[in-house]
Amino acid sequence: MILGEFLLVAVLAVPALGAVVVAAIPHDRAARVVGVVVAALTLLATLPLPAGRERGWFAYAPLPPSPEASVAIHPWHQVDAPWVPGLDLRFHLGVDGISWPLVVLTALLTLLCCYYTLWKVPEGSSGRALVALLLVVEVGILGTFLAFDLVLFFVFFEVVLLPMYAVIAGWGGPDRRRAARKFALYTLFGSVLLLVGVFVVVAAAGTADLLALTGSAGMSRGTQLAAFTLLALAFAVKSPLWPLHSWLPDAHTQAPTVGSVILAGVLLKMGTYGLIRIAVGVAPEGARWAAPVLGVLAVAAILVGGLVCLAQTELKRLIAYSSVGHMGFVLLGIATLTATGLQAALIGNVAHGVITGLLFFLAGAVKDRTHTGDLGDLSGLRETAPRLAGLLGFAAVASLGLPGLAGFWGEAFVVVAAVQVGGALWTTLAVLAAVGGALTAAYFLRLLRQVTHGRPSPAVARLTPGLAGAELAAWAPLVLLALAVGLAPTLVLGVAEAPVDALLEVLP
Amino acid sequence: MSTPVLLGALLPVVPLVAGLVGLLLPPAPRRTETGEAPARRFAIALGVAGAAASLVLALALLATLDGLADASWTWVDLGGLTVTLGVRLDGTVALVGVAVAAVALAVQVYSTGYLKRGPHDDVDVDHRYPPYAAQVSLFTAAMLLVVVSDDLILLLVGWEVMGLCSYLLIAHDRRLPEAPAAAMKAFLVTRVGDVGFLLGIALLGVSAGSFRIADVLGHEHSTATLTAACLLLLAGVAGKSAQFPLHTWLPDAMAGPTPISALIHAATMVAAGVYVVARLFPLFAQAPVALAVLGVMASVTLLLGAFAATAQDDLKRVLAWSTVSQIGYMTGALAVGAPQAALFHLLTHAAFKALLFLAAGAVIHAVGTTLMSRMGGLRHTMPVTFWCTVVGLGALAGLPPLSGFFSKDGVLYAAEQAALNGAGHTAAWVGWLVWLAGLLGVAVTAWYATRLLLRTFLGESRTPLVEPHDPPAVMRWPVLLLAVPAALLGLAGFAGAFAARLRPVPPATREQPSDLLPPEPLVHLSAAVLLPLALLVLGAGLAWARWRRDRAGDPAATLGPLRPLFARAFRLDDVQHALVVRPATALAAATRTADEVVVDGAVTGSGRAALGLGGGLAALHRATLPRAAAGVLAGALLIGLAAALIGGVA
Repeated sequence: MILGEFLLVAVLAVPALGAVVVAAIPHDRAARVVGVVVAALTLLATLPLPAGRERGWFAYAPLPPSPEASVAIHPWHQVDAPWVPGLDLRFHLGVDGISWPLVVLTALLTLLCCYYTLWKVPEGSSGRALVALLLVVEVGILGTFLAFDLVLFFVFFEVVLLPMYAVIAGWGGPDRRRAARKFALYTLFGSVLLLVGVFVVVAAAGTADLLALTGSAGMSRGTQLAAFTLLALAFAVKSPLWPLHSWLPDAHTQAPTVGSVILAGVLLKMGTYGLIRIAVGVAPEGARWAAPVLGVLAVAAILVGGLVCLAQTELKRLIAYSSVGHMGFVLLGIATLTATGLQAALIGNVAHGVITGLLFFLAGAVKDRTHTGDLGDLSGLRETAPRLAGLLGFAAVASLGLPGLAGFWGEAFVVVAAVQVGGALWTTLAVLAAVGGALTAAYFLRLLRQVTHGRPSPAVARLTPGLAGAELAAWAPLVLLALAVGLAPTLVLGVAEAPVDALLEVLP
Repeated sequence: MSTPVLLGALLPVVPLVAGLVGLLLPPAPRRTETGEAPARRFAIALGVAGAAASLVLALALLATLDGLADASWTWVDLGGLTVTLGVRLDGTVALVGVAVAAVALAVQVYSTGYLKRGPHDDVDVDHRYPPYAAQVSLFTAAMLLVVVSDDLILLLVGWEVMGLCSYLLIAHDRRLPEAPAAAMKAFLVTRVGDVGFLLGIALLGVSAGSFRIADVLGHEHSTATLTAACLLLLAGVAGKSAQFPLHTWLPDAMAGPTPISALIHAATMVAAGVYVVARLFPLFAQAPVALAVLGVMASVTLLLGAFAATAQDDLKRVLAWSTVSQIGYMTGALAVGAPQAALFHLLTHAAFKALLFLAAGAVIHAVGTTLMSRMGGLRHTMPVTFWCTVVGLGALAGLPPLSGFFSKDGVLYAAEQAALNGAGHTAAWVGWLVWLAGLLGVAVTAWYATRLLLRTFLGESRTPLVEPHDPPAVMRWPVLLLAVPAALLGLAGFAGAFAARLRPVPPATREQPSDLLPPEPLVHLSAAVLLPLALLVLGAGLAWARWRRDRAGDPAATLGPLRPLFARAFRLDDVQHALVVRPATALAAATRTADEVVVDGAVTGSGRAALGLGGGLAALHRATLPRAAAGVLAGALLIGLAAALIGGVA
């Protein structure tokens, strides 16, 4: 399908070229406008990707296996070109139901962040540099989701690192340099493991093509265990999985608003996506072997994240730690290795991106207005800024997994999936995860009580009730998506059903 | 789609739409010079129209429904587990739906008068009426969703949204410093119960392979699964229906505006738990352990609530504890295997408790306080409110021929049968427990109801400055109209059509024997009725006699040293604080410290170690010339040796 291939290339080429153009335009505001247009074009290019696929939205019928493609992945479209022929590296892109929702989410959040930057440039360097860096980050993240070649995946995975470092270090809060350094070094440590893992796989299997690799491609059990351990550790740093999470609170807290949104909204998803697509797909036996450990650590993340949030005193840090808990639910879903669990993990991924993105936007708005993020200094927001308080309440309630909103499906069905697996271990994990859900409610209600209720504190008392049009425009899509995905989870799951079933078929 | 199905599907959708539209209205009024803000008028129209439309729909459903009607559509498929959007309608659904919609309408109309500048507001407070009305609509929609839903997950949606709405509405009054904490407590305690509810649903859904109530009821679950699932569901029921030990949120929830108390206590929230157990009763009937636990829970709650109500000085808190106690009667009826009796009491309770709260709201509105020690003598100045309260309290105490008499008699009859004849699905001791607790409860209820009436409306006024009067028409009419069912609904128990609607429709599958619940009349007038009547007279008489001796004093003085204990409800709040809240907070603080010091400390420590190691190595390399030269020579020697050795070996 020619259009599909064209779109696939455009999704990466548009923001890449756009970043160069934005950096080259000397006029700051004009450059930012161009950045917004580029981000919008990228989003437009991602939307029609499901159009040309052979199967319907809901139905799944296995295709007759073609000789060169594996049975486990059926990309809707793919582009496969030689890249470095001498090393047998290929520029192989593709998209299917697992990656497409994340691709759209990435494009959407980047657009919203660029648009937000049009309205307000955080203190630091110039606005156009920030927009250009955001576009480069977008290229890296989109490339990670689209790459169907292991080496290419690794390259895109790494592209994200330095621009994100620059965003934190250039426009962040008072302690930005330390946080940025920690982020870069910690995730670089993960990347080293990823690199080793990738080459273990490539050396053992003789190919880097994901289509051929998925379903283990005849690797021995020992190789699979080693490969899965390396890859899972690498992705666990990115996701992050407790106890490899400690880069996240600092980075999220110090990053500028748009940086936090991208970090929490989509950057973490590179880890969970990699875990599903690469680690589980390439080393299924390893995944089966390591699943109990992964599950226990995921539940530990849920509980530790919840408890730390309950004792947290800084707004953005609290939201950052809440990500640890939420990603714990996603990882638990993956660890169950059931269709229900994987589907729940996928929708949990998307829901977390939407809701936590919104939460960071709102936390940024509160901090920008009151110049403090200390919960002790914030109180009575609903008296002076009822709309902002209402939106914060909505986002918090969505994040604590209220049924009918996006966050519910992932968390509830991860619990259902763990019950479904059965046995003493998984039943215990299900119970503890459900208790973690109650903890989530506890810390978000504590947050709301502190920030929105009561008498206005001095920092809050001088606020004006209005919201800027740009703020509303940046937040409205996320509010609507949280509601839409909650009411119609098929938006995400309808496309994911077939690939998840196909992936499960290769699991031992 | 048949007409009843369409009506049933629209039932939650209409108030939902009204609520969502209402949330978009500006929350605070724009300052206009004249009259009400347009947003307020639109919000009033929206709220009242939404509730009225649901009442019409519920009545139409009641009229058109014949037997069981259900329909469902696939909502989402998660790896083979299908979640459906569906309605399952029977006579009970229609009756409960009518009760919910009627109370919601009364509350909406009443609120338009209640959330206005009152006689005791010194300044014109911004009542934020538009979000309030929208949240009431959402609350109604959520409850109606629970009522009609045919899918456990869909039911869970309504169940949790109700928790959220209660949270928002309890915290609505911004002048009360205790409101935010009370709201948080309500949401959190019910949410803790919902941990069990979710796990119970997961167990049932996984076992049946579907979340449809029809499938779950029709499936042959293993005994262990069934018992575990029913016990887990009870945790959620205890949270929502304020049963011991998760009842602590309900009295604090009195911080919410009084119409909201009426809504929570009569039509939504607390009724939901009882309703869900009745809905899933065929499962509970096969799990006698769960029913026994429910019976113990019910008996404890029934007496706990009744005794706590005797010593409260706050008018609303008396009513709150009476709700706890009355819900105990309903869960008691469920425990002894009489869901019909439970639902009958649920309906009459909805009528008289809504009446009592709205009447109490009128009193509070007029006097400006909730404390009974500052009321008294309101009978002459507020005659309408007085007589409506008399009807409500009479029904609460079970005075014939008011509604509560018949429904409470039904509960006691079922318990008696379970105790003496071994009827029901559980052991006889559960029947004895519920029956004796219920009988004792009758006397205590009569005592505190009489005390409430005497302290509030009779005797001399204890705050002579205020000039109380009956409320304006928008608040008076809902109270008056609610007095009709509160007085007469019990007589409906004689009507065959009414009783038939509360009877569970035989399940569709063959595996499920339809004789689980033998069709029985709702009203049992026999000599056994004399026992609770005697207890009622005893309780009311004791309170009356005490008051005759000292008209200014509080009959609660009779309680003596027990009074403070009852007033603080056996200090269970303190127990909860010591056993749950404090350990959780301490654990959170400890986890935070551990996470920052140990986990993150290891990371920063390894960074610092690497830096130190590098610094050490660098210092080693910064050597003086002689040492450097010696080093170079030593290195050359080493390499030479190695080359010679390896070369020699080769």
